[in-house]
Amino acid sequence: MVTEINGKPGGTVGKADKVDRLAELSARHDSDAEGGSLLREAFGRLRRSPMAITGAAIIGTFVIVALLAPFVVPYDPAAQLWGREVQPNHNVFVGPRAENWFGLDHLGRDQFSRMLVGAQNSLLVGVIATLLGFSAGALLGGLAGAAVGLGGAWGRRLDTVIMRFVDMMLAIPSLLIAVSIAAILGPSLTTVMVAVGVAQIPIFARLLRGSMLAQSHADYVLAATALGVRRRRIVLGHVLPNSLGPVIVQATLTLATAIIEAAALSYLGFGNPDPATPDWGAMLADAQRFLVGAPSLAVYPAVAIIITALGFTLLGEAMRESLDPKLRK
Amino acid sequence: MPLLAVDNLSVTFTAQGKRPVRAVDGVSFSLAEGSVAGLVGESGCGKSVSSLALLGLLPRRGVRVGGTATFDGTDLLRLPPKRMREIRGSELAMIFQDPLSSLNPVVPIGRQITETLARHRRMRGSAARKRAAELLERVGIPDPAARLRDYPHQLSGGMRQRALIAMAVACAPRLLIADEPTTALDVTIQAQILDLLGELVRSEGTALLLITHDLGVVAGLCDTVTVLYAGRVIESAPRHELFAAPRHPYTVGLLDSVPRLDAEQGQPLRPVRGSVTDAIDWSDGCAFAPRCDHYTMACLTGAPELTSVGGDRDGHHHRCVHPIHPTPEPSAARAAGEGSVR
Amino acid sequence: MLRYTIKRLAQLVPALFGLSILLFFWLRLLPGGPENTLLPDDATAEQREALRESLGLNEPIIVQYGLFLQRLAQFDFGNSLQTGRPVMQEFTTRFPATAELALTAMLIAVCVGIPLGYFAARRRGSLLDSGAVAGSLLGICIPVFFLAAMLKVVFAEKLGLLPSAFRMSPGLHYTEVTGFRVLDSVLTGEFDVTVNAISHLVLPGLALSSIPLAVITRMTRASVLEVLSQDYVRTAESKGLRPHVVRGRHVLRNAMLPVITAIGLLVGSLLAGAVLTESVFAFGGIGSFIYESTQQRDYPAILGFLMLIAVIYVVVNLLVDLSYTLFDPRVRVR
Repeated sequence: MVTEINGKPGGTVGKADKVDRLAELSARHDSDAEGGSLLREAFGRLRRSPMAITGAAIIGTFVIVALLAPFVVPYDPAAQLWGREVQPNHNVFVGPRAENWFGLDHLGRDQFSRMLVGAQNSLLVGVIATLLGFSAGALLGGLAGAAVGLGGAWGRRLDTVIMRFVDMMLAIPSLLIAVSIAAILGPSLTTVMVAVGVAQIPIFARLLRGSMLAQSHADYVLAATALGVRRRRIVLGHVLPNSLGPVIVQATLTLATAIIEAAALSYLGFGNPDPATPDWGAMLADAQRFLVGAPSLAVYPAVAIIITALGFTLLGEAMRESLDPKLRK
Repeated sequence: MPLLAVDNLSVTFTAQGKRPVRAVDGVSFSLAEGSVAGLVGESGCGKSVSSLALLGLLPRRGVRVGGTATFDGTDLLRLPPKRMREIRGSELAMIFQDPLSSLNPVVPIGRQITETLARHRRMRGSAARKRAAELLERVGIPDPAARLRDYPHQLSGGMRQRALIAMAVACAPRLLIADEPTTALDVTIQAQILDLLGELVRSEGTALLLITHDLGVVAGLCDTVTVLYAGRVIESAPRHELFAAPRHPYTVGLLDSVPRLDAEQGQPLRPVRGSVTDAIDWSDGCAFAPRCDHYTMACLTGAPELTSVGGDRDGHHHRCVHPIHPTPEPSAARAAGEGSVR
Repeated sequence: MLRYTIKRLAQLVPALFGLSILLFFWLRLLPGGPENTLLPDDATAEQREALRESLGLNEPIIVQYGLFLQRLAQFDFGNSLQTGRPVMQEFTTRFPATAELALTAMLIAVCVGIPLGYFAARRRGSLLDSGAVAGSLLGICIPVFFLAAMLKVVFAEKLGLLPSAFRMSPGLHYTEVTGFRVLDSVLTGEFDVTVNAISHLVLPGLALSSIPLAVITRMTRASVLEVLSQDYVRTAESKGLRPHVVRGRHVLRNAMLPVITAIGLLVGSLLAGAVLTESVFAFGGIGSFIYESTQQRDYPAILGFLMLIAVIYVVVNLLVDLSYTLFDPRVRVR
């Protein structure tokens, strides 16, 4: 550090000293400036977002409960161990007590055990339905987007055919698509997964194609084209990876939708009839019949569904915000 | 008494959890009735923020404004919002940089002019439309009566800026603030718009505060020039004086980076190296030092004071430890400074 | 404008054609045929075969589809297997109930969501804003049928404030004109029916409005925030305009544009939600009918209803796009 000052140019203080001092002051000025790549910046914003933290915490808890459920579950969720204590027809239900923390369901099964195992099955439904919708939708949308990007009359024709099909499916509400599929497959847990997943395909397809088209108009694509980079490399190496952001956000949000729609399908009677593998949707649907006498039977799975869906929605929305360049400060 | 006297204006942005940023720091300048003042600097030097502060258009949250700005005897910075709204658009008006984004896309041009007339002159209906057409004609828009029904996207860039100017001068304001009025336009249109502004100011006797990064724009119009750097005034002077004998190395650098027709062929332009982001805090020293060829240790210990050049060079101030002494052959843009407008 | 409308409607034809192929073959994959649900369990194999024959189900599927298309050209979707009446007639008698319910829900969503989103944006970071954001997140996370059932239990069954089922109380005299009961009763002057029908719409309408309300609130809030930061709002302020003029003419008018588009796209989720809400409140609209048709393997009914819903969706969005041109001069239809 230089404390002694000589103001005259070319004075006794050497040039090196004044450069050092300048560097130090510049560093002090820049101390709170941020740097880094777009993605890292987005991730940095995500980590500081209270929405994302809350969402991630909820999802984390949900996943841990789901994974540990088979090991910690106190009773067999399918066994009607206390069947005689409950008489739904005479409005006799058993609420929370020392041995059954959440009370008993309408058949005398331990509600707490069913909630734990239900977490596992609901997670399974959400993840598999989303994976199905995501992969098939991304395949269709990516194919259409790449077909346009790779150009040619055939590419555009392929795109038109795919997108007409997708638009057709979008014109029918997704729950009705799910209902018609569920009707074919008959009630089961697999039905719910497939029906909910297939209903999400057009959304993912449209999103990825739109995102790819938007990216293909970006300046860097023009630059790469001008530099003579091969089209296939531009589309697959640059456009596609850069277009995935909104699709991943949508997948996170779909995890929430899938769990809710699964419940709706259960309510319409296409849910899982197997008592050994309860899921929250089926539990909520079953409990609808006893809403007046034992509202808590519905409230446990309902609250679980709402909170879990909220977790995925919060994380998804926070991701969307952090990826949006317009919202950057 | 000047029409507008800005004294020690400061604007601090305070975002939650972040170090407050002082965007404007003790800026003073004044503007006489009917005169033109230039506020010059690179983007980010605080010139636009200063103008928004004068009109009370900065968000109220997260912004601290200090100092005074006396306009016709009242301090603009302490006016209650209701009073400020009465003055804005009638006594004080502003022209913004990007005419496309500054015009409401879903409201016809004519409506956007007549709403000002309705607000401040209680002029409505066909009288207001007639006046709006006159205004459009005044700013050089052909077939004005038909243009009233047009939407902003239907006009060209130059026409949009003219419409924006018509809107600003609708109520014959005494002070017009133009924030980079030509930056978003094509070069040929730029000259037309500047001519229009100069002509309006001269014939209506409106005072003009011209905010720009372009000394070429200043040279043609302004009576006095204030150069800002990193939120502070680093030099201010009457136009002739500034162009003839700039004292601050930054001003010299700005002048040298303007291309000149009378330069010898092959003589390179000399831009100011680096960018505004290479700065140090004024409290540590001269913020321009990182980009200056002449800085010494003295520049890096405390902020340099604004110093009067004094004596016969009245009104010329600079903020430099090692001011440049005018040589018999001034460094740059003399010709531009001598080309008188009025 | 007219040419654009015709073009959009013309595009609908191949889309519907594709949709009919898709749905027709898709629905034939349903296990078990109508002979199992329409006939008693002890029906003989001959009886079942006779029924299949009479319904034309024993023809090759391509021939069945050809016959279907032939009828479709005359807007005939065939007869419902459950009721024996034409599908078109089943649809038109049930549609007003669903439309009335969907409009009620949309009305609630628009009247509450737009002001709520607007004030949330204006007071960004306030308690109102946080409440609106949290509420709208919650709104899309509550299963509609659960919300409907809870509203029914609390307000109808426990508190007895509102009716718990059907479109109106039995025993009232009602003259049908359009099938929209609120409208009809006003037209015929049967105002007791008006009040009664509205009271029956409140709870299902509220339940069904949860998702559109959440979406519209969020859209409005985001859109107003975006517009507030636009240069033209600053220009309007710089002209000294009165605050209500700045807010109305300059902020709201621009902020509503994306919300209008969103309203069109919400029609789909409204119709899906109607299936659930109607079954909770025994409302007797198209939602409940689709549900029953799936259970009964009523192919013509499912096919016809899904196609008509797709048509409604496309037409509503066409209307939204056309009305959009009235609000945004930059968009001109070609």
